[in-house]
Amino acid sequence: MMLSRIQMPLKARAGEVIEIRIAIQHPMETGYRQDEMGKSIPANVVNHLVCNYGGKEIFRAEMGTGIAANPYLAFFAVAGASGEVEFSWTDDKGETGEARVPLAVTA
Amino acid sequence: MPGADSFNARVDRLRRRFLARAVAVAAAPLPLLFTRSASAQDDTIVPAIREFTKGAAVRRGRVKLELPRLADNGNSVALKVSVSSPMTAADFVRGIHLFSEKNPRPVIARFFLGPQSGRAEVNTRIRLAGTQRVVAVAELSDGSFWSDVADVSVTLSACLDGT
Repeated sequence: MMLSRIQMPLKARAGEVIEIRIAIQHPMETGYRQDEMGKSIPANVVNHLVCNYGGKEIFRAEMGTGIAANPYLAFFAVAGASGEVEFSWTDDKGETGEARVPLAVTA
Repeated sequence: MPGADSFNARVDRLRRRFLARAVAVAAAPLPLLFTRSASAQDDTIVPAIREFTKGAAVRRGRVKLELPRLADNGNSVALKVSVSSPMTAADFVRGIHLFSEKNPRPVIARFFLGPQSGRAEVNTRIRLAGTQRVVAVAELSDGSFWSDVADVSVTLSACLDGT
């Protein structure tokens, strides 16, 4: 389980465009680094992040080694109905992480 | 004098050849994105963009790619990309793809959006292996492709020094 920090409003009005920001703790190994023994460290990046809201995919990112360590993403979404905003991501080793934030939508 | 004649003839020949080549270079169908002379790096970025657009024309405009002019550290460079689009069900941005000219892997990231995004804008932080141009290409719901290019001078490159 990887750590993450999500910043987004917990309350929004219907139709409002909200900003969602997520940062994940991950080294995003490029595969070009070596350990202290001179052995190369294999590439391992968070290659995939999906954001679902109300059971529907609203944002997806496919990333490579060109994304900085501890990947940070900020994107926007239209507040529809009250529900959970779910985040899930996977790295090259197959490790996954997920997070959920409830969003209360008022008319 | 036969010597002078042959010299003039040779200069003339060289001049003709030079002009012919200059015209050929000027008329060569360079990719739309690269108005500067083609560099060795274009060999990786252009095929990567072509693979994404499947050969469709990419136009400049509508996309705004914001990167610092000078990045002290290539390991983490703040990037903001936005596309002017109403983001309605009829007209929205399907995806934004980021390409690097000099990184070992030309595709930095792909973002997939939709009308539910409300605003076509993504912020992230990228790695840059040296001073280069970064290209953002957006695919719209009508199937057209738009792009923007940003120049970044990188003082300390990512990837290269093994740290």
